[in-house]
Amino acid sequence: MSTGVSKINLNVTGLSREVYKGSATTLCAGCGHNSITNHLIKALYEYGVEPHRLAKMSGIGCSSKTPAYFVDQAHGFNGVHGRMPSAATGAKLANRDLLVLGISGDGDTASIGLGQYCHLIRRNLDMTYIVEDNGCYGLTKGQFSATADLGSVLKNGKVNEFETIDVCGLAIELGATFVARSFSGDGKQLVPLLQAAFAHSGTAVLDVISPCVTFNDHEGSTKSYAYVKEHDYVLHSADFILGRGEIEVEYEPGSVQDIELADGSHVMLRKLDRAYDATDRIGALRAVHEARGRGELVTGLLYVNPASEDLCERENVPRQPLKDFGEADLRIGRAEWAKLMESFA
Amino acid sequence: MATGEKIVNDLTIRAATVNGSGSQSSNLVLTHALFRLGIPVAPKNVFPSNIEGLPTWYDVRLSPQGYKCRSGAIDIVVALNAATWHDDVASVRPGGAIIHESAYPVSGATLRTDITYYAVPFGELAKKHVAQGSLRKYLVNMIYVGVLAELLGIPSEAIEAAVREQFRRKPSAVETNLAAVRVGVEYAQTHLEKRDPYCVEPMTGRTEGSILLDGNRAAALGCVMAGCTVLAWYPITPSTSLCESFISYCDRFRADPATGERKAAIVQAEDELAAIGMVLGAGWAGARAMTATSGPGLSLMAEYAGFGYYAELPGVIFDVQRAGPSTGLPTRTLQGDVAFAYTLSHGDTKHIVLLPATVEEAYEFGMDAFDLAERFQTPVFVLSDLDLGMNVWMAQPLAYPDRPFDRGKVLTAAELERVESWGRYADPDGDGIPYRTLPGTPSAKAGYFTRGSGHDEFARYSESAEVFARNLDRLARKHETARLAVPQPSIDESGRATAILAYGTTHHAVVEARDRLRAAGLEVDYLRVRALPFSPEVAAFVARHERVYVVDQNRDGQLYGLLRTDLPAADAARLQSIRHYNGVPIDAAVIAEPLLEAERSLATPA
Repeated sequence: MSTGVSKINLNVTGLSREVYKGSATTLCAGCGHNSITNHLIKALYEYGVEPHRLAKMSGIGCSSKTPAYFVDQAHGFNGVHGRMPSAATGAKLANRDLLVLGISGDGDTASIGLGQYCHLIRRNLDMTYIVEDNGCYGLTKGQFSATADLGSVLKNGKVNEFETIDVCGLAIELGATFVARSFSGDGKQLVPLLQAAFAHSGTAVLDVISPCVTFNDHEGSTKSYAYVKEHDYVLHSADFILGRGEIEVEYEPGSVQDIELADGSHVMLRKLDRAYDATDRIGALRAVHEARGRGELVTGLLYVNPASEDLCERENVPRQPLKDFGEADLRIGRAEWAKLMESFA
Repeated sequence: MATGEKIVNDLTIRAATVNGSGSQSSNLVLTHALFRLGIPVAPKNVFPSNIEGLPTWYDVRLSPQGYKCRSGAIDIVVALNAATWHDDVASVRPGGAIIHESAYPVSGATLRTDITYYAVPFGELAKKHVAQGSLRKYLVNMIYVGVLAELLGIPSEAIEAAVREQFRRKPSAVETNLAAVRVGVEYAQTHLEKRDPYCVEPMTGRTEGSILLDGNRAAALGCVMAGCTVLAWYPITPSTSLCESFISYCDRFRADPATGERKAAIVQAEDELAAIGMVLGAGWAGARAMTATSGPGLSLMAEYAGFGYYAELPGVIFDVQRAGPSTGLPTRTLQGDVAFAYTLSHGDTKHIVLLPATVEEAYEFGMDAFDLAERFQTPVFVLSDLDLGMNVWMAQPLAYPDRPFDRGKVLTAAELERVESWGRYADPDGDGIPYRTLPGTPSAKAGYFTRGSGHDEFARYSESAEVFARNLDRLARKHETARLAVPQPSIDESGRATAILAYGTTHHAVVEARDRLRAAGLEVDYLRVRALPFSPEVAAFVARHERVYVVDQNRDGQLYGLLRTDLPAADAARLQSIRHYNGVPIDAAVIAEPLLEAERSLATPA
């Protein structure tokens, strides 16, 4: 700007927060997804993601529209319903330098996309996978989704007769290396969890309860603002500390769990539940199940394996993006080719 | 020797065995031994969808002319499967011979007077000469190689060389197998009197410089040389060996032993829909990516295929066709996916489809597919079939590529700096092909939003009627551009009134059918379609002929139907349809006989 009057805060990459914004949302006013978009903008800005390195992936549904609402300069991929994980897998394999961020919903993940979700986790592709979870289908006007809780009531009075699919419990069961649950209304908790997810090497699942103000925010719903606020069992508050180096934070022993992530960043979990250990997989499963039994929503970093090895590492995919290799790297040499042809004669 | 003339190098030998009994090694030894004698060979493996127990047949056709299609008749059967004994006897052409386990009854329906029987106690011979019980069922097959060698006059050196080649990775097996061959030779020498007319003699001028290779391996080599770096696949017969060959070539030629890194990423996906999703995700991000499947997998891919077409993403999909609908006959061949693949997905979707006929084309089109996919920013389908993919064919050595990759219209950061703005789905060149950028391009102008929903020239969401129709029109323009960019038809024409139009592996039957027609006094021109959309040359060729017989290996005449839609009505009326759809590779008679009949009925006034 030529006027130079405004003093703009720049992040570690030297970019202003403006750069992390996108088109205006077309979702309903008050939609939880819009809050998540704002938290994402903050998280990406603070983390200092270079926009051109960001690949925004999504499927179909209200949630899947949101990649258009942040980081305009980044490439976005709004694919087909429930199939974002496969496209994300291809993109990451083609270019390991990309920070792959997937945004899905509860229908997109737990119904039509359940297969791809499971296999994504099983392969531990290095990506962040957000489920914007409101327990219903918005664009088709309010049908239950598979994450709706048993006994939850629709606006028209219909009661959900089926068990819920808990995408966090399922992820842990499948061997996920990073599983968190949060609430669209709790940016303080969500932003550092998002940043920890970016820093993690492997599939980082974040199930973010995100009320649908139009179709699922009434008495009897277990995904309403009111219900979530009343039943949010917070394991810990989280702080994210970017970058490598010694961490000098003083805290009372046993009150904080400090976890170093793949890129050297740290996530500090200030424990509210003193007994909770976010690196204990069985404990995480127990916490999810017990909270559900109490009708509560357990939020925080449920489980992380900081030593996780992602798909590209396991498959020996070169560091240099595969997309950049040329003829000389990829073709069989002339002499070897001649020998190969001889072996067929 | 029986009375009558000798039949030299012109016969089909069928080995009828039980699946899982290890007959494939013996069949390959026989094939290679004949090939080494300079005799053109064309093997066809007719195998069950089964690991062990069901009947399997292996036919190897020898022909001095070098025909590569089935002959349509079986001259000599080696019968080693009690379950198919009756059918196997019936399958021998009159005047032919059957070499069989002597325990099988020759009476009633299995007693024919027009064929020669050679009874061999295979079971007993194996028991007597093969010490290790577990090897007997395998070595029985080598005994029949010996019997055949003796009866047909295949020199022992040729057999020995082929055995050594077959077991080059397992030298300890060479002597055991050679010993079994000798058991067969000696038995035939002492117990069998030659009473059939068939024999083989070394030839020159037909096989020199040729190779023996299956289409799936050739296609895999095409992918390697095309610089494919991402393979996502789901195992399905008959495409599996294409993927496994690609993987083994990558392990062999793309791995760095020092770091363990391999310049390829390979994912066995959870299903074919995930496989194509990975391919298109990788193509979007700039890697050359492929998958291989067959009909059922193609059905599953329909959703993402339409996305790839509309969002304009490169990717290569090999469909090694088998006999459908549904599960159909998984181990039999057909060209049943042509119409489906061409318009795969809902809405007005049209794809580029390549139609290889030969091993050489499986390789070349394998490479072309990646260039076309990136040039046209769209999924490209290569429709091979089980016959081409899984059978071994005589072919010319595959030529080393003579041109660099064509990465298509990709804007770099530097190029972006020089333009004011760019539209991802604009058409500045008038050919319908837009420009694209890759994620990771370090420029604030690079990013755009890829979506399967309505979008304008700048990739912005749009529900405008005008914008939507305009975009569909541009996609149609792009498809028109492809008509001249895809492999052009191969034409053999000399002004005849009648022509054959075929595609894919039908080619080999057309070659022989034209010879037969010529012998019957009818010369026909020939056009082979090598890709969709049709080149303008196809329409011009049809217009130059009074009658064009379109040969399809499917029930509904799928290419015939596509042609009728594509051509002006007057030219469409010149087309007639010949169809073959029983899952067995087409032979010359299927084409020549109805064609000759139709032509003669025209010539004869009613």
